[in-house]
Amino acid sequence: MSSPPLSRPAGPTKPTRSWKSREVAPYLFIAPFFLLFLVFGVFPLGFSIFLSLHQWDPAAGLSAMRWVGLQNYQYAITDPWFQQSLYNTLWFALVSGLPQHLVALPLAYFINLRLKRTRNLIVGAYFLPYITSSVAIALIFSTLLSTDYGVINALLAELTRIPLLGTLVPVEPVDWLNNANYTKPAVAFVVFWRYLGWNLVLYLSALQVIDKEMYEAATLDGASTWKQFRYITLPLLRPMIFFAVTLTIIGNLQLFEEPFILVDIEKGVAHSVMTTAIFMYRTAFSDGDFGTASAISWLLFFVIALLTWLNSRLFGRDAQHGGPHGNH
Amino acid sequence: MPSMGDRMAITSAPLAPRVSAALAWAAVLAGAVLLIAPFYFTFVFATHTRSEIFNSPPPLWFGAATLGNLDLLLERLPFWRNFAMSLYVACMTTALNLVLCSLAGFAFAIYEFRFKKELFAVLLASMMLPSFLNMIPSFMVMDFLGWIDQPRALYVPAAAGALGIFMMRQYIGSAIPRELIDAARMDGCSEFRIFRSVVLPLLGPALGTLGLITFISSWNNFVSPLVVMRSIEHYTLPLALRSMQSPNNTEWGALMVGNALAMLPLLIVFFFSARRLVAGLTTGAVRG
Repeated sequence: MSSPPLSRPAGPTKPTRSWKSREVAPYLFIAPFFLLFLVFGVFPLGFSIFLSLHQWDPAAGLSAMRWVGLQNYQYAITDPWFQQSLYNTLWFALVSGLPQHLVALPLAYFINLRLKRTRNLIVGAYFLPYITSSVAIALIFSTLLSTDYGVINALLAELTRIPLLGTLVPVEPVDWLNNANYTKPAVAFVVFWRYLGWNLVLYLSALQVIDKEMYEAATLDGASTWKQFRYITLPLLRPMIFFAVTLTIIGNLQLFEEPFILVDIEKGVAHSVMTTAIFMYRTAFSDGDFGTASAISWLLFFVIALLTWLNSRLFGRDAQHGGPHGNH
Repeated sequence: MPSMGDRMAITSAPLAPRVSAALAWAAVLAGAVLLIAPFYFTFVFATHTRSEIFNSPPPLWFGAATLGNLDLLLERLPFWRNFAMSLYVACMTTALNLVLCSLAGFAFAIYEFRFKKELFAVLLASMMLPSFLNMIPSFMVMDFLGWIDQPRALYVPAAAGALGIFMMRQYIGSAIPRELIDAARMDGCSEFRIFRSVVLPLLGPALGTLGLITFISSWNNFVSPLVVMRSIEHYTLPLALRSMQSPNNTEWGALMVGNALAMLPLLIVFFFSARRLVAGLTTGAVRG
């Protein structure tokens, strides 16, 4: 046996004792996390699979559970409300998700390139919505978006007075939160507004590690700013784009809070913003159908897993070849 | 030579790039204003009565109805109880996370033990699980434990976040010299004593970041209290404020006072710690 000669104490009794505790200690130190994860993570997940295969009215107690196999899944998939909710969820993922990246990426590039002293202030301003509670955000936006007196409609009314631009703006006040044509874009905007700063910060952190000398060399070679962005920045950012898009997919497909608070669930238009997560919540806590609700949650999980997998097939592999990974 | 030619072109025609730079600047600033505006209006509306808020045009500057709004708010909600509940849950969650995450992070960073790799992989995988999957079954677990409507239903499950453990492991691995731990061991320190007296005092910055992140996410948490809290006295702020919203006669002035008061602690914290917070939140991202 080759033992490190200096690090062990010479005394014959001490080492055995400390060796013992050194073997047990790490397990004790990590035990709280794994205990909590078992009780509040693993067990509920397993139970949820079990539940999704049963029909059950919680008011009747645990003994009233009845095995129904995949019927809950079948029931959910054929339910037009579920289909609508899935459509809404995907619509939100795309319409609020894509612009987040299309705006955040060039914005991060500009801020990284040009902003020095004001940088923290500006980034802070963009980041603020991300650390604010969704309830606070939804409440303030429901006043801002109010039809007759809301600031946003007042602003639009002002814009109509400007020649040229005015023709693009609707003359009538827009019924943002009561007309199914507008609720979706309104909610999508709020989601966009909230997560733009988060993506900005992600892209900034990736831009900061790009070697400045590469740009200097490119400038000497006469490459324009746009060409530098296209041929240096974008390829190097690819892993981060992949990562940020993955986060957006996972996050947006779980969208719950913003539409849930912005549009009253009792309102007729609520169906236009009802995401699958909201539908699951309603199925469980309004209809008391925990079995179907669990099935819905697993269906949504499969959709998320599928899209994440697709995303990594489409963009992940290139990321492994091109980006900073290759440089290490 | 193309490089010479381009340089000449830049010096002789500086106007176009300058204009585009100015436009970009304007767009960035306009964006920042757009992102800040809702916060501004929260505070402005908090100082106006409901009828003032729904004037045309809406108020753009501060009014004088703050105290009236506050009275109305306290009439409608046990607001300070809700505030205290939010504070209690957030502080408990934060304290528990600081202890448990640094302990577990310490174990993963310093020790070698059987199944370490596998256990760490489980920890990372647990971060990937979408939270909604857990909504219904964790409600049932709480129901089974008799924790419905109890604050512990909020802070116990969140007591040791995987992200926090990951953060602490990274920090301890890079910031704590092994020699220090070996020396403490030679002096006969127990393993826990090493953590408490040698490692913990050196974790200041990482604990600060972890504390901030945990506090903010607990303070803002909406879904967990929505599922488990029942009585209005036990509501946390997000739930309480939402309960004031009604289809036709929401007291918007009072609601905005509550909203502003709920946002204020975080705004203050953010003002002093924005840079550290941003760096901490992206640690998970930049590890690649």
